Amino acid sequence: MANKLAIIGFSGDFDKLTAVFTLATGAAAVGYEVNLFFTFWGLDAIKKKQGRSFVGGSPLTKLFGFFMGGMKAAPVSRLNFLGASPRIFRHLMRRKNVATPEELIDAAKALGVNFYACEMAMHILGLSKDDFIPEVKDVLGVASFLQIADGGQTLFI
Amino acid sequence: MATYQLDITREHCPMTFVKTKIELAKLKAGDTLEVLLSEGEPLENVPRTSREQGYDVLGIEPAGDRIYKVIIQK
Repeated sequence: MANKLAIIGFSGDFDKLTAVFTLATGAAAVGYEVNLFFTFWGLDAIKKKQGRSFVGGSPLTKLFGFFMGGMKAAPVSRLNFLGASPRIFRHLMRRKNVATPEELIDAAKALGVNFYACEMAMHILGLSKDDFIPEVKDVLGVASFLQIADGGQTLFI
Repeated sequence: MATYQLDITREHCPMTFVKTKIELAKLKAGDTLEVLLSEGEPLENVPRTSREQGYDVLGIEPAGDRIYKVIIQK
């Protein structure tokens, strides 16, 4: 059986999502089966609309969806400088020839990494599967996630 | 049987592995991929992980200043 890595993507921070997708693509590239389970703020990484947009079922969740934003609006967990830091990081990454989170996400798709979304967090935030990129295979609860992660390594980021 | 080339000397982790894997996936049985890579992490791990995934590493040759050519066959 292939080695397995499961990552719970909880954070919506630029730097932590970079860690999620660096580990995911690296592991997939060396032959691991990789399963990513996004919950709460982490759902930002897999939204179809990557900027700020009013996604959500009710006025309240739509407003929340706007402030959460998507991958393009992800803040850095420290020294965010009112949103300037993610731009600086993307600039540095390109200059130093290091993959940006967006490039890593594309690589993860190409390598067949499995994307899943958390049913409970989606329910709170008024999100549906259609709000996510088509690579999101399924909407899961804890029991299904544990079943998928069984027999491998699991990380919470 | 075709031979393909890949230069990952300017790449950093994890794209060194990602680009190698994507190229390896295109090979048909008997094809070879010549990967130019830097010493250190890529040199230590690209041949090892290729072998683990069932490819043959036919050779590792010096190809410049701290650069090596790894020849991998499907």
